This record gives sequence, C-alpha cells and structure tokens, in this order.
Amino acid sequence: MKRTEDLFKRGRLYLILMVLVAAATAGVTAILLNISERKAEKRTPFVRLVEVDEDTTDPALWGKNWPKQHDTYKLTAEPTKTRYGGHGGSEALPEEKIERDPWLKRMFLGYAFSIDYRDRRGHAYMLQDQEQTKRQTKPQSGSCLHCHASVMPLYRKLGNGDAIAGFEKTYAMSYKETNKMLHDMGHAHPVSCVDCHDPKSMELRVTRPALLQAMKALASGNGEVPHLPSVQRWREGPRDRPYDINRDASRTEMRSLACAQCHVEYYCSGSFKLTYPWGNGLTVEQTEAFWNQTTLAQGERFYDYKHQETGAPILKAQHPEFELWSQGIHARSGVACADCHMPYARDGATKVSDHWVRSPLLNINRACQTCHKFPEKEIEARVAGIQDTNYGMLQDGGKAIVDLIDAVIAARRNGATEEQLASALEFQRRAQWRLDFVAAENSMGFHAPQETARILGEAADLARQGQIAALQATGAK
Amino acid sequence: MKLAILPSITFASFGVLLGIGGTTFDYAEGLSYLGTDPRDCANCHIMQPQYDAWQKASHHTVATCVDCHLPHGFPEKYVAKAENGWNHSKAFTLQDFPEPIVITKKNADILHDNCLRCHADLFHDQAIAFTEGAPRCVHCHVSVGHGEPVGLGGPMALRRAKETIDP
Repeated sequence: MKRTEDLFKRGRLYLILMVLVAAATAGVTAILLNISERKAEKRTPFVRLVEVDEDTTDPALWGKNWPKQHDTYKLTAEPTKTRYGGHGGSEALPEEKIERDPWLKRMFLGYAFSIDYRDRRGHAYMLQDQEQTKRQTKPQSGSCLHCHASVMPLYRKLGNGDAIAGFEKTYAMSYKETNKMLHDMGHAHPVSCVDCHDPKSMELRVTRPALLQAMKALASGNGEVPHLPSVQRWREGPRDRPYDINRDASRTEMRSLACAQCHVEYYCSGSFKLTYPWGNGLTVEQTEAFWNQTTLAQGERFYDYKHQETGAPILKAQHPEFELWSQGIHARSGVACADCHMPYARDGATKVSDHWVRSPLLNINRACQTCHKFPEKEIEARVAGIQDTNYGMLQDGGKAIVDLIDAVIAARRNGATEEQLASALEFQRRAQWRLDFVAAENSMGFHAPQETARILGEAADLARQGQIAALQATGAK
Repeated sequence: MKLAILPSITFASFGVLLGIGGTTFDYAEGLSYLGTDPRDCANCHIMQPQYDAWQKASHHTVATCVDCHLPHGFPEKYVAKAENGWNHSKAFTLQDFPEPIVITKKNADILHDNCLRCHADLFHDQAIAFTEGAPRCVHCHVSVGHGEPVGLGGPMALRRAKETIDP
C-alpha cells in the first residue's frame, strides 16, 4: 500500500515538473517564432501581390501591396479636431468657419466663399466635399479637380498622352463637365497613392502640373529659398535646362514638395489657368507683387473679386501652407511637412510613414518628441501660446477691416468721390490679403510664428491707415 | 509499472527545452550581446536609425555604443547590460513602448559620466559638469554621438543664407 502511495506522489511530482517544462518550452518557442517573424518583416517589407501602374487610381488596389500604409491612409476619413482646425465628428459637413468669425463673411462679400466656407475634413473627403459645397451653385472651373481628385489619367486623355497639355485645357472646361468625365473614366477617387508615388519604384514624385510650372518660375526668379538647397544649386549651375522637381529635388525636399502640389496659394477661373504666384518668391509681399503684376484676360490688374460693399478689387488667399512654412524655423532647420504630419511609425520590425495625414497636435509623441525632448503637456502649451497670440492679432485685424469697410461706406454716403477713395480701397486690398493669408492658412500661424505676427501687425496697420484715408476723404469733400 | 516511464519523459522534456532554448538563443544572436560590436545593438531593428546616425557623427572614430552608453567598471557594466537588455527585449517582444524612444534618467547619467571620463582635461572642476539638474554635455553638443539632423536646410543652407545677407 505504502509503496503505491509513494509511487503516486513521485508520479505527481514528475507530472508537475513536466507541465512546468512544457510551459517553459511553449514560452521559448513563442519567442522563437516572434523573433523569426520580426526577422522576416525586416527582410520582406512588402509583397507585390497586384501590379499597379500610372492608371491605378483606386487606393484599395495599392493597399493589397502596401497594407500598412493603406490602413493609415483610410484613417483620414476619421473626424479629428484641434483648437483651431478640423471637424467635430458628426456625419454632416463640418461647421462653417465663417459663422465663427463674422468679420470673415463681411470681408468675403461678393465672393463665393461668403456662400459656404467650412472647416476642413480629411483627405478621404476632398472630392465628396467639393462636389457638395454650396459654392457649386455658381459655375466653377474644371481646374478645381487638379487637387481634389486623382486626375492625372484624365489629363493624359485630354492631352492625348501629354498631361501638361491636358491640364492646360481644363481651366476653360466647366467643373461639372470635367467631373463627369472623371467619373465616367472610373477615376473618381480623392488624392491617391499614384499622385505622390511612382508605381514602379514607389519613390516620391510630383505629378501636378501647376506645381511643376510654379517651381520652374520660382527657381528662375530671385526669391530667397534657403530651405530649398536644390533650387540654390540649380541657380548656381549652368541653367541649361529648366528646374525640374523630379530630377533636382532631394529626398527630403520631396517630403515637402509632394504636399506643396496642393497646399499652396493659387488662382484659377474659367479664363485663367491654375497658377501659383511664385515668380517673385514665396513671402506675403512677393506673392502680392506677383498678383499686382498679373493682368486678367480683360487687361485689368489682377483681382479675385470686387468687394460687394466698397468695390475694392480684392485678393483672396487660399491656404498658403507651403509658403508660410517656408518662412518658419522648421523649414530652416530641415524639417519637412511629412516629418510632423506623416511621422514614421514602427510596425514590428518595419518603419512605416503614417499616411493618416493630420495635425501633429494629435500625435505629439511621434510628431514633435523625435526632436523636442520635452513633456507632451509643455509642447502642447507652447503651440497653444503661439496660436492664441496669433488668433488674438487676427481678431484685432478683423475689427480693423470691418471699421475700414464702414468708413468707406460712410464716406461714399457723404459724397466722397471714387478718386478720393482710391487710396482707402488700395489699403483694403493690401490689408485683406494679409489677414486672409493667415486666416486661410491652416496652422493659425504655427508654421512661421514670427512671420505671422509680422503679417498680422502690418494687416491691422494697413486697415487702420485705410480707415484714416476714408475719414480724410469724407473731410475733403 | 507504467509510472516508471515518467522520469524518462520528464528528462526528455528538459532536453527539448534546452534544445529549443539553445536554438532560440543562437537564432537571436544572444552571444553577440556579450561583445562590443555596434552592429549588434541594431540586431532587434529598433536601434537602426541610431546606428546609422552614429556612423555620420564625429565620435564614430573614437567611441562605439558601449563606450558612451555603458559604465566601464566591473560589475556595473554587466549589471547595466543585463538591465537594459531585459528592458529592451521585453519592450520589443510585447511592442508596448512609445516611440521615438527617449533615454532614461539612469542611462543619461551613465552617458554623462562617460563624457566626463574622456574629456576630464577640458572641464576640470567646472560646476556645470557635476551639478545635479544642470544641463548635460549633450544638451549643447547634441550632434557628437548621432550626427546633425539631416534635412532640407541644415548647416550648409544656413551658411549660404548668411553669406547672402552678409557677404
């Protein structure tokens, strides 16, 4: 009896030991598999399952080969919001930017932006939102699709293979017609992989004709661009061929220029080719001078719209993100758009750049702390300090421009002549250009804090000078 | 007696564990971690950018990873090696750490001591080198270990811009 009991005791001991060793072996095997998986990831960052080419505009097909990038790209449909930008999160169109700052509406009277001007949504919505905006109640140019759709196959078709020639046809076409052609060809996608990547090598590239042309003009001009060394090199070289982004720009420059295809100041209409005003340089004064030197088809000096109440020929700014960033410390320090808006994330053993393009404030760890070794709260507070200061100055400028408009109306009521009011209206044009340069830009001044403060200080000053000019015009009656 | 087979199975299972464990250790290049070759620090892929950047930095001719990042005495060196090794492998296996990685206080102290170890002649007894909470050497000499941040402008572009303003 005792012998059997002993046996059972020893047997149990062995069993427990076996279970323990089995568990340890399982653990070690799991680690082995994990290491093997990581090593495989390092060797094979992607597998090309489907062929993609220049006409593959559907991002889902690219997603079969590059699922990690595609997964994050799809997240651009997520609603995101920061203090000064974005969209709260309902299914509806975002709220109207123009309702929050009533002076904007006053400033834009006479322009389609006073009809509908909303906060932005992510890349995924760019085509849908454009097709739905109430600004479409006015006829719009086919140029709009340059930046709101994966439009290159359409350009090639229109230009019989030459995309630039096709692009140069679209401004004279209507938006509705161009949009329908795009849908019929099956390329009605928002900006897609093929717009920034070479389908053969996946290298970054610039496809958009307007940027290719604008960078040629910028390089040929004298505007200082210390943050773009390839332009500097081209200028110092023999200049036997025009500057070409895809040949001359460095990899790091491409990480900004890919974004500059669209995130820039521009003008287009049914009688005016889509143009980025960079011939003189990228600053607020240089782009203003470019527009002042430009004439419209009818021979008049360039303007976007005539202000409904004062008749001033106004320049409307459109999100000059690339231009403002170019004046800031980050550009000077060699930080590209993608470094903060698409920072690297690691997935297993591979490094993936985050294609969920969004505000760095929503991703401070990866976006900022790679360089700035400070706590998140402190970084957030610094950004808030910069943005709040600029927002305050912007509101002051808004008050000043409304006072200027009121003064012009009053002067005219009191019999001031157009000649007497000419200088006040010129001040309105200059002040509005500066205010709008900041209001339309999507960083509330963060892309170049001091430059923004300078622009806004000047804007308020010009608006008040215009107000004085209008008051004097009244007195001189 | 059927139970008599249990000891053999138990010992056999120990053998399996040893075999798989040994293979894993070898496959993970476990022995390399006892050495000083900087390439081994990038074994687990996380340190690749740090390794790449070090090759572009001024100190790559005079100091390897362990020269700056580990204490030089015995047994402190192996204690730090084991502690960091454990932390790193745990973090990488569980994939539960924030990136970019940031040096810990303990490792920053080790780093600072190593600056002082070689450059003693330069600072003698300046208070800044020894005061707790004072800026560390690398606060200003940020590029010596892992190079200048690459980019659009960088030092060359800044120099050019300066020349244009002040020829």
